[in-house]
Amino acid sequence: MSSGFKARRGGGVIASFEPAEASILRSLVTMVLGMVEPAEQSDDPLERALSMGSSEVPSDPVLARLFPSAYADEEQAAEFRRYTETSLREAKRADAQTMLDTARAGRTELTPEQAQAWLRSLNDVRLTLGTRLEVTEEVHEEIATMSEDDPRYPAYVMYDWLTYLQDTLVRALW
Amino acid sequence: MTIVWNDPVNLMSYVTYVFQTVFGYTKEKAEKLMMDVHQKGKAVVSSGSREEMERDVQILHSYGLWATLQQDSVH
Repeated sequence: MSSGFKARRGGGVIASFEPAEASILRSLVTMVLGMVEPAEQSDDPLERALSMGSSEVPSDPVLARLFPSAYADEEQAAEFRRYTETSLREAKRADAQTMLDTARAGRTELTPEQAQAWLRSLNDVRLTLGTRLEVTEEVHEEIATMSEDDPRYPAYVMYDWLTYLQDTLVRALW
Repeated sequence: MTIVWNDPVNLMSYVTYVFQTVFGYTKEKAEKLMMDVHQKGKAVVSSGSREEMERDVQILHSYGLWATLQQDSVH
């Protein structure tokens, strides 16, 4: 049985993982859960009620990539971020939680909604890892020529495996 | 206009799928836009009122695409 995703009759997908793979996926998505956890809430009760968040671009490159600026203009970008970042964080957290709850060894049937959550969350995992590793579009070729003794090798191989998984999930959903 | 920018992480298949899912575009149109993003570095993926564009950008960010908004007219 090969790992990855297959289309399920009647919608959704079937996920199949080895125990070690499911465990890696759970630990990676737990990392994302920690990253997207809403930042400190405002002291102002009105701002809290309106779920207003920070207006500043995150200093961590991973967070800046997960929550990009919507406008080139700084003032407009800050305003947009203030009103939308909290709900985007919540959406990403909910997706990651779905992935965490359903990443199991063996065969797991995912509903269409769960499959969409996996699609987005698996991508957030890849964005997180890819940003940390500073990957380029040539990453696949880079791994092929990389020495197995290279300290970056294990992380690159894991990234490449996640890329493969993401692609099988897209194709299972098409 | 809603603009999607090229990045080294998002897969070509994934970006095409997202354009189809979010905008209801045909596979041909979604693939054409994806190729523009990939080869030219960016593509205009939708246009409309500011409210509509802001909603599109939010959805695209939830899928992890690097999307920005730009006002159509520059004065």
